[in-house]
Amino acid sequence: MKRTLLAILALALPAAVAGCGDDEPSSSSSAGGGDGQRLTVYSGRNERLVGDLFKQFTKATGVQVQVRYGDSAELAATIAEEGDASPADVFFSQDAGALGAVQQAGLLAPVPAAAAAKVPERFRTDRWIGTSGRARVVAYSTERLKASQLPSSILDFCDDRWEGKIGFPPPNASFQSFVSAMRIALGEERARDWLECMERQDPTLLENNIQTEEAIADGEIDVGFVNHYYLPELKAERPGFPVANHFLKAGDPGSLVNVAGVGLLASSERQDAARRFLDHLLSPAGQRYFSTRTFEYPLVAGIPRPRETRPLEDVHGPDIALSELGEKLPSTLELLQDVGLVK
Amino acid sequence: MRLVAAAATLVAAAAVLPLVYLLVRAGGASADAWDTLLDDRTALLVWRTALLVAVVTAGAVLLGVGLAWLVERTDVPGRRVLAVAAALPLVVPSYVTALALLAAFGPGGLVSAGDWVFGLPGAALALVLATYPYVYLLCAAGLRRMDPALEEAARTLGRTRAAVFRQVTLPVLRPSIAGGAVLVALYALSDFGVVSLMRYDALTRAVFTQYRSLFDRTPAALLGLVLVALTVVVLVLEARSRGRGRVRRSAAGADRPAQRVALGRWRWPAAVAGWGAVAVALLVPVGVLLGWSLRDAAEHPSFGDLAGWTGSSLLGSGLAAVVAMAAALPVAVLATRRPGRVSAVLERATYASNALPGIVIALSLVFFATRVAEPVYQTLALLVFAYVVRFLPQALAGAHGALVRVDPELERAARGLGASPARVLARVTAPLMAPGLLAGATLVFLSTMKELPVTLLLRPIGFDTLATEVWTATGVSAYGTAAYPALALIAISIPVVWTLQVRPRGDARTDLQE
Repeated sequence: MKRTLLAILALALPAAVAGCGDDEPSSSSSAGGGDGQRLTVYSGRNERLVGDLFKQFTKATGVQVQVRYGDSAELAATIAEEGDASPADVFFSQDAGALGAVQQAGLLAPVPAAAAAKVPERFRTDRWIGTSGRARVVAYSTERLKASQLPSSILDFCDDRWEGKIGFPPPNASFQSFVSAMRIALGEERARDWLECMERQDPTLLENNIQTEEAIADGEIDVGFVNHYYLPELKAERPGFPVANHFLKAGDPGSLVNVAGVGLLASSERQDAARRFLDHLLSPAGQRYFSTRTFEYPLVAGIPRPRETRPLEDVHGPDIALSELGEKLPSTLELLQDVGLVK
Repeated sequence: MRLVAAAATLVAAAAVLPLVYLLVRAGGASADAWDTLLDDRTALLVWRTALLVAVVTAGAVLLGVGLAWLVERTDVPGRRVLAVAAALPLVVPSYVTALALLAAFGPGGLVSAGDWVFGLPGAALALVLATYPYVYLLCAAGLRRMDPALEEAARTLGRTRAAVFRQVTLPVLRPSIAGGAVLVALYALSDFGVVSLMRYDALTRAVFTQYRSLFDRTPAALLGLVLVALTVVVLVLEARSRGRGRVRRSAAGADRPAQRVALGRWRWPAAVAGWGAVAVALLVPVGVLLGWSLRDAAEHPSFGDLAGWTGSSLLGSGLAAVVAMAAALPVAVLATRRPGRVSAVLERATYASNALPGIVIALSLVFFATRVAEPVYQTLALLVFAYVVRFLPQALAGAHGALVRVDPELERAARGLGASPARVLARVTAPLMAPGLLAGATLVFLSTMKELPVTLLLRPIGFDTLATEVWTATGVSAYGTAAYPALALIAISIPVVWTLQVRPRGDARTDLQE
């Protein structure tokens, strides 16, 4: 009974949507439309964070979305192995690096001009586009520290009083992007000096941002270098989580703003639906979703920023292009290995 | 036999696909990349990995053999329950064990005692607790099958109990121990979740860092080849230990229970040791999961969702078990009935991929499927194929052990009576092997239930399993939500272990008499 009902719904729904017909000039309600009504997204972003966003999109447009969830880097490697045979239409990545890798493989279509016009230039390239912003911050223990005790530059953590109290995740993509940005902004010498100093501080080396936040809460360390939005997620899960975010001064390499974003696959036969998805992410509804549900910065002007954050202008990181970070990654990993922070 | 050989070759060819992929990738490596492979850092990683594998294997063998002996050969209190409980940690995913150990003994944990859990001690402990059941299950089965006359004869000749254990029991058990130890060693080589959570820099962690940072599959492939080289070392060591101590059963012998050792004043200390180990391996994870589920009681997934994920898990794992069993059969038959260099190489080849991290196996199948088998890409068929490639050695361990027990004379007699080889296999060999095959298939089933990286990349879209849901929830630190699919995973695996451990005991009726 239920199945019959579902079958009827499945048959009726696309027809109904096609029947409504938005502003498409083509009058044919079958072939072209039917093909455009489905979309396959490879999402490096967690289902618990963006699952509702896909539902929102389907509700708004009638386009059915199939999502493959995974780790951003692993999905980028998968798309690279698939090549032109990739079933993906859109790659929704947690960071710019994975998007850059797929771009490097020559698999992404150009970003539509209308979308590009909405997002500041520093948050996109001609092949991928940022959809939400994530700032580097210093997370600290509210049980053992006050905000006033924290320096305003990441460089000042190279001080004896922080010895044994710092933690960060060197294998993590966003940490490595931050180090790349520091190398570009300050030059090789100073970046290496700082990393060597950090290594001498006897830091606790973690795997990812969440481990770092938990190490602060558990009393292993007092401060951690992470992205800003993990904390609100953790607090939603565990009220009273004894950690707070400290924003460093504008222009500091420790306050790099990176993005999560999308690339449209050149091999896709559903370019139209893919563009509609991108348009939705950049629409007020999509941007508000990031601000209120994932606590990330909207990148389109005019949308309120997430609570408990500083304005994006004030957390402006070093003046560098995100697209440069990708090229730096291999040498950054080498540097981290050299200094002894990555084994 | 020619048909069997052809089938075995086909299976072996499928199993070495990931290896071929690594060679293809490594073939494109620059001289520079090869250089970094030979530097001190790689040497250090190999040393740390070898150390972990050695400690874990030694620990798992001690614990596994010890528990098997206690349960099968002594009057330790509560041994019939212990027999099943000792096997159950096999159903707890190793990353859940590691998370639970952290929650229990880590900083800020329930019994916080410094940071000893990080690094080698914690990683080794979690892996020993997760893998000792491989040794335990194979050894317990070995002890049950063993002709009690051997030990009795030695006792009559005046040997002490310790001497009997060393000179008679251990040699007979050697193939079982070696088979279990290989599975343990390969698991420790390929595991990523535990070393990542416990912050121990092993080769797999480096492979993942390379994938994550460079998006370049070449350096990771080179490190993968180092893992394959370590596998070869493990297999050579195993082959040697297997070769030395083969005790064949001369006649079918009576299936009667062995005499139990009265532990005397050691009875209670032994019970505490045995039960203690099992409690840490089983009760700590289950306790921590229950705690999480109660803490965030509002977060629980709906019953319908849980049922759906369970269904997917059962379907994928069930198919993987059946196919792996079918694939292991010809390889095992060839290896035991036509022993020689070729069949040995074929059998060993199927182990080649087992030490590789799942992500490598997944990417290799992405590579091959999109090039030569696109219609099956991201279908259940390819997913099951991937599971079989990954876990074939576990099916083989069972099949091989069972085949050694089948007297070739029976097959020759059947042939003499005019049966075709296929008929002999179907009517004589296969039924006799059934218990061993079933044991192997069960191991595959349980491993597949917990499998993650291959499932994530190769499953049909929307095919959500219990393991992928645990991953999704822990990815945002939602342990309360993760607890439900994790507990469901353990709960539905229990009857499977129960069948594996209890039914064979029930068959030997006399065994149950006190």
